[in-house]
Amino acid sequence: MSGLVPLLVTLPLLGAAIALIAGRHRKTQVAVSITTLTIVLVIASILLYTVDVGGQPIAVSIGGWPIPFGIVLYVDRLAALLVVVSSVVLLAVLLFSVGQGAADGDDDTPVSIFHPSYLILAAGIFNAFIAGDLFNLYVGFEILLVASYVLITLGSTESRIRTGVVYIVVSLVSSILFLASIAMIYGALGTVNMVQISQRMTELPQDTQLLLHLMLLLAFSIKAAVFPLSFWLPDSYPTAPAPVTAVFAGLLTKVGVYALIRTETQLFAESDVNTLLMIVALATMIVGVLGAVAQAELKRILSFTLVSHIGYMVFGLAIATPAAIGATIYYMVHHIVVQTTLFLAVGLVERRAGSTSILRVTGLMRAAPVIAVLYFIPAVNLGGLPPFSGFIGKFALFDAAAKVGTPIMMVLIVGGIVTSLLTLYALMRAWNLSFWREEEDSAETESRISYLGGAPAAGIQTERRVIPRIMTAATTGMVIVTVALTVFAGPLYGVCERIGAALLEPMSISQLEEEAGQ
Amino acid sequence: MSVSLALIVIMAVLFACGVYAMLERSLTRVLIGFLLLGNAANLLLLVVMGEPGLAPFYGAEGEVSDPLPQALTLTAIVITFAVSAFLLALIYRSWQLGQADTVTDDETDIAVRERSLGAEETMDDEAELGGDDATTDFIGVDTSPITVLGSRDVPGLVDDAPTDRPAPRRPGSDRGGDRS
Repeated sequence: MSGLVPLLVTLPLLGAAIALIAGRHRKTQVAVSITTLTIVLVIASILLYTVDVGGQPIAVSIGGWPIPFGIVLYVDRLAALLVVVSSVVLLAVLLFSVGQGAADGDDDTPVSIFHPSYLILAAGIFNAFIAGDLFNLYVGFEILLVASYVLITLGSTESRIRTGVVYIVVSLVSSILFLASIAMIYGALGTVNMVQISQRMTELPQDTQLLLHLMLLLAFSIKAAVFPLSFWLPDSYPTAPAPVTAVFAGLLTKVGVYALIRTETQLFAESDVNTLLMIVALATMIVGVLGAVAQAELKRILSFTLVSHIGYMVFGLAIATPAAIGATIYYMVHHIVVQTTLFLAVGLVERRAGSTSILRVTGLMRAAPVIAVLYFIPAVNLGGLPPFSGFIGKFALFDAAAKVGTPIMMVLIVGGIVTSLLTLYALMRAWNLSFWREEEDSAETESRISYLGGAPAAGIQTERRVIPRIMTAATTGMVIVTVALTVFAGPLYGVCERIGAALLEPMSISQLEEEAGQ
Repeated sequence: MSVSLALIVIMAVLFACGVYAMLERSLTRVLIGFLLLGNAANLLLLVVMGEPGLAPFYGAEGEVSDPLPQALTLTAIVITFAVSAFLLALIYRSWQLGQADTVTDDETDIAVRERSLGAEETMDDEAELGGDDATTDFIGVDTSPITVLGSRDVPGLVDDAPTDRPAPRRPGSDRGGDRS
């Protein structure tokens, strides 16, 4: 079974190499990409099943080095679950982009670069999830970041270069911070292995622990777009091509959140910055969603809600009880899927209506009922209406917070509910204006929404284009996955609860060796 | 563990200069800043290695130094190298498009600023966008360092890059600086 683990990273890299060589053969590239990601999905599902049923994480030491020295790949329930979810998302977005590319003749997505970069991005994401030591996590981050630099400036048009530069420079800074933190942790503890770090960390003086902790938090918070380090996100995401934005929104920030989860639960079990995290979580939720309310363009609205909902995950981490960690992980899975789906649906809106401005687009409900449904379900889900998974995740989170019951928890619960309602408001306003409103009502509503007139990109119009069936199919598939998260919430939440319980249990290096079979 | 004071001082200076250079608008300086920061982080890894001057060979006689930070440094150098190559390409492309390698303000930020300008008469000096072009390293130089070649200028070179290149120009007439 452990032989399968390295394949999660090597297969996409191999696929990327083949796709790069086959640069001129579109069909080969598409076939290679889809096959690779499907195989990874199958492997990840097998691993998740094994790890969850067996209850034992799988550790693999690469190259046969003894365990604290070599590179260790470590698959526990959390890593396996996230690899499964992200490979589903990557596959769906790939299908979406294949449909888009085929219809456009690849005017704005030069195809020879897209597939290799996409697969390298996938390899980086998987590597980050299964990394057993901090340095490998850094390498995973770098792989996915470099691929994302290419993807965000895809086509290298002027606007994409401009927004891409912001994203790239911010990411560079966070990477250097991360590297410096690793160096300092190595200097203090003499190891980069996560299990060994968590054991030795308790021997350090409190202030050293706090310094290392804050350095890592800073580096990861930039990547996860936690307020006040989130301003790069709404700047850079909306300009990229729709499938790229979808996959970035779903996965890249979540890799940051994943790193935060590992930091908070495993590495620094003793050092306590939960109050700080609470304040940051509240600010992220509120500031993010207020940004969304002020926007008139669907992609920008979604980018701001993305920032705002990162706040829920930080909130869950800050509660730091097993139930809260479990709820955070469920919420994270829900958010990966739903946010990606919404961006895909908006991609469809953009093609159908030629614009994503909610002031310009009207009458989509009548003109394109399928897109309307594909937008409505995830929008309501993200807003947290029962019975959808967004409601389940938020309810579990608030329940865990209420069990702790301190005053700050109550403040955060109220903040969370307000954020949820405002998210619903922003998304439903878009629904009312773009889908529900008829063309002839425009004059009447114009005065009521005049305050949005000055919002960025409110009037941009591009050409309308046909929607290939495969794009609709990919989006529909994702909507079905979001509904499945609700229908199968029981088993999924069970897995998340077990993750929450396991993450807060300290682990010893001998256990790790045992799992690696040494 | 004894470490070299000189290394620590150099590392600190590199970090400071790197951050300072990265705050510039010119992308070329951001690149220089990034290189400085990358080297500073590598030096930090060397500092934590412990006593300098020992060989990292396993089984050698006497004391050996810790080989792991060297492995980490090597990896970090490779990553820095790849990212710098990408940044160079980005700078080139940015210059090719707009004859400038500066980070321009976000359109939406400008829109927001203009909206609040009505309410607020005086704005801070950041509103003067025109003056910032002057920090570009390439503009106004007589011997422009780069001649822009589109694929159409070179016979036999076919690339499938996007088609929104600037129109090809004669190498002799390219002075680059006439925009600012």
